[in-house]
Amino acid sequence: MILNIFTDIHNKLLEHMSGGAAHITELILIAAAYLGIFAILGLLLVWLERRVAGFFQLRLGPNRVGPFGLFQTIADALKLVSKELTGTVKADSMLYRTAPYFVITTALMALSLIPFSHEIQAFDINIGVFFLISVSSVGVLGIFLAGWASNNKYSLIGGMRTGIQMISYELSVGMAIVTMTVLAGTLQISEIIEIQKDGWLIWKGHIPAIIAFMIFMIAGTAESNRTPFDLVEAESELGAGFHTEYSGMNFAYYFLAEFVNMFIIASVAVILFFGGWLSPFGITDTIPFAGLFWFTVKVIGVIFIFMWFRWTFPRFRIDQLLTLEWKYLLPVNMVNIVLMALIVWLGLTL
Amino acid sequence: MSYFSDIINGTKTLLTGMRITGKYFFVNLFTRKDVITRQYPDNIDTLKMFDRYRGEVIMLHNENNEHKCDACTLCEKACPNGSIEVIGDKKINPETGKNVRFLVKHIYHLEMCTMCGLCIEACPQNAIAWGQNYHNTAYDRSKLTKVLNKPGSKIVPGLKG
Repeated sequence: MILNIFTDIHNKLLEHMSGGAAHITELILIAAAYLGIFAILGLLLVWLERRVAGFFQLRLGPNRVGPFGLFQTIADALKLVSKELTGTVKADSMLYRTAPYFVITTALMALSLIPFSHEIQAFDINIGVFFLISVSSVGVLGIFLAGWASNNKYSLIGGMRTGIQMISYELSVGMAIVTMTVLAGTLQISEIIEIQKDGWLIWKGHIPAIIAFMIFMIAGTAESNRTPFDLVEAESELGAGFHTEYSGMNFAYYFLAEFVNMFIIASVAVILFFGGWLSPFGITDTIPFAGLFWFTVKVIGVIFIFMWFRWTFPRFRIDQLLTLEWKYLLPVNMVNIVLMALIVWLGLTL
Repeated sequence: MSYFSDIINGTKTLLTGMRITGKYFFVNLFTRKDVITRQYPDNIDTLKMFDRYRGEVIMLHNENNEHKCDACTLCEKACPNGSIEVIGDKKINPETGKNVRFLVKHIYHLEMCTMCGLCIEACPQNAIAWGQNYHNTAYDRSKLTKVLNKPGSKIVPGLKG
């Protein structure tokens, strides 16, 4: 549970205090570090999204504040911090106030499992992937509660749509991950990456792995509530969906968590299919911290595909959404698991 | 079995869409060739408004400081909200001996104008037209009330009047 990179700090702390106190201090330090990562990731991804959207739509995107407009999102965040937190009188006050924290807490918990490089991973348990799925499905609760507690018809419809969408697509994400764990033979994230040293899983598993990757990308887009699966927010129909009644930082929590969730899903894709922080063909294995670079490059690549989806495809109707999941993705997924199992059993992996 | 062909066709059309938007993205990322954004305060020297832009109503003057308005007040009558006041007067033309109208002041209230263009359509002489000036903000309302005929200008000789 200790960051490998911080063994020095661990020893330093032990010089000054007892074991228990040092442990707690480390926990606090790691929590603070991850909160920082959370904020920076959110702001960077919002900037990236707006820039990329600009280029897709023949615009330039934010380019005024700071180099390449990098500080634009910081300015926006400052504005959101300074705004008043409004609420409705008839809202269920306690749920209404706590709902945003469900979303960010689960996003943070999921973030703790992500191995940024060989040295940097806060929490590496033997059921890592399983834990990741479980935790990220709790995040729905925050959106659902927000829709319910706001006491607003648009929020309620948005929240209900989340329920339908998440329950449906959780299945596909889960089964795509199961397909890959059949191949990997382990649930521990560090071991999954170790296995890929002689070839990424998308290469080892060839046909079923590619099918699983496509399903994972589709279902992952739905999991992070992004277009074309943004029925939850659906600006043109529902105002702003579940967060209609939220303002200031409460709104910003949802906004940041959405982008961090996208990062988490992209990271899972990178871990399961593209070898996590491993460099292609092991070219930079000897350089320390090269893993961080490769991990970032791969994740940004996957995130770019998500953004590409968003600025290309129009939004689904609710019936199309359910047809896609229950009539297409799920059966294909089930056949795919059997196919993968057969391939592993017969030793046809590359 | 349309089930499998649906999957294949669906994937194919999605990829077609992604190819088109992807082309936009990469062309703009590397060349900025098709970017339609105009970065306003930076390009102020080169910025040119398009032909049909409705900035404000202007009166056309030729190089001899002559306009075509004979103060018929058709534009004033056409204006739905009274943005135009035409002040004319009459005098005897020494050549023909006729008593004719001439323009003293063509007052235009830009602050009230809705840019509907009815005055320009109504003008029989094509004396007024759309100007392409887009710097129309002012700190004082009264600055937006303009006299369209330039000081000392006269009607084009030979025109009616």
